[in-house]
Amino acid sequence: MFFVWPGGLGLIYSFTDYSGLGTPEFVGTDNYEKLFADPTFYQSLTRTLLFAVLSVPLMYVMSLAVAALLVSNHTRGKTAAKLVFFFPWLISPIVAGVIWRWMFGESFGFVNYVIDRLGGNPLAWQTDPDLALMVVVIAATWGGTAFNMLIFIAALKNVPRAYYEAAEIDGANAWQRFRSITLPSIAPTSFLVILLSSLGAMKEFAMIQALNEGGPGTSNVLLIQYIYETGFQRADIGYASAVSMILLLILLTIALVQMAVNRRSAA
Amino acid sequence: MSTSTIASKQTVQPKARKAKELGSVVPMTTFMWLLAVLYAFPLVWFLLSAFKPGSELFQYPLTILPENPTIGGFEKAWDRFDFMLYFSNTLAVALTTTVLTVFASAMTGYALAKYQDKAWIRIFFVCLLATTMLPTEVILSPTFLVIRDLGMYDSMAGLVVPSILTATGVFMFRQYFVSIPDDIIEAARIDGARETGIFFRIMLPMSRPIIMTLAIFSFQWRWNDYIWPLIVVGDERKFTLQIALRSIVGAENIDWPLLLAASVMSILPLVLIFIVFQKYVMNEDINAGLKD
Repeated sequence: MFFVWPGGLGLIYSFTDYSGLGTPEFVGTDNYEKLFADPTFYQSLTRTLLFAVLSVPLMYVMSLAVAALLVSNHTRGKTAAKLVFFFPWLISPIVAGVIWRWMFGESFGFVNYVIDRLGGNPLAWQTDPDLALMVVVIAATWGGTAFNMLIFIAALKNVPRAYYEAAEIDGANAWQRFRSITLPSIAPTSFLVILLSSLGAMKEFAMIQALNEGGPGTSNVLLIQYIYETGFQRADIGYASAVSMILLLILLTIALVQMAVNRRSAA
Repeated sequence: MSTSTIASKQTVQPKARKAKELGSVVPMTTFMWLLAVLYAFPLVWFLLSAFKPGSELFQYPLTILPENPTIGGFEKAWDRFDFMLYFSNTLAVALTTTVLTVFASAMTGYALAKYQDKAWIRIFFVCLLATTMLPTEVILSPTFLVIRDLGMYDSMAGLVVPSILTATGVFMFRQYFVSIPDDIIEAARIDGARETGIFFRIMLPMSRPIIMTLAIFSFQWRWNDYIWPLIVVGDERKFTLQIALRSIVGAENIDWPLLLAASVMSILPLVLIFIVFQKYVMNEDINAGLKD
């Protein structure tokens, strides 16, 4: 009830001019026409996609690297290290935003202090749109590694050891073993992690609220924030519902495309 | 693998082998701990900063350790920021939702796993699958209107009700109950147990590990939840911690000592739960495929 009903309702509202009060007036595809002519919507959409394209690969590489190190025979202190890597999972997106805002403060942050000490010029982490997005990418990766790492550890432990021993006898080096045994063996898990993190990236909201509020200005307002601002601050629920429907379409496309790719590579 | 080939196993001296093993252990361990430090540093820096007095926060050169450690920020957060109020609001919401989530998920999961012969239950299962495709964020405004029309705006019920049934929780219980043999239920039925009795006295106690894991996850989800409380709560006295923290960040001039201290305090309950129930959280086998 709480999901199917709102879902249908959302679709209906996207064709009306509902503002939360009074009766919704049917306006046909007006909202969608307005939407496709709205430059702020396009900006928000491209920024969101850019964020996903930057953060998903980084998250994937980091989680897999950390997981591989945590199951390797060549590392020491694994239990303690695992706790360290897992800790960011406990931190809420809001607090994570605060932590990174503190790290990357322009005039008081630790990162700029280090850059200054090393003789460089402090960077404008808050006022340059691209650098601000980089900070968001770093913070998202930091927060998302813990969970994906757990999924990868489970998968890595299930790769049969005999494969590695056979490869070693044949003289394969560590990198070759990783590429031809580990990666194919954990392909289903990789698919899951990439799917979940791209869906998550499209829905990023809370952390950015605390980190830079989509700033500087409105340059990094991602889709969810855009929906929130139009629907709840400007009370244009019809318009916000139309944006939500577009977002839903994008999420579905991501899921379907990745499933198709996965099926083809499995066949 | 510590040895490279069968041939070398026989010819290489044990000492040389040990040296070779050490040769890869040292760089890899170093690399792992370098990454660990990279991940831990922002948090450590943030913790230490919370104990610095306001004047020291922005004073160059920065120091890692606070020179005059103080708990002034914490006292301020406690007195002026009304930390206790937000804390208890969040705790009440998180606890209520968690209890209801575990209970509802267990019952739904059990029905889906053990009463599969009824067609409508299978249809219901497909519908449930469909809801996982619809993330909360996408149906934000319609859900809000439903809740408002039910008269739950700005109340605890409005915060709790939409988050009770999560597909993840139902799946966890369903997977677990499917793995329990039907013979146990049959035996109980022969002994004269009623269906409700079977569920409460046999199945529920058996699924303790799942209950614990889901409870911890659910508590973490609700404790850190932001977007839904932001929309459904209007009264400042009913704010949850996350929204209250956000209101400090959103201010024109951020009160950093207050913000840092309040943030540190807000993560304490989860850290405590994590320390106590670590084995349920870090168990990769249960967690695989679980994400809100």
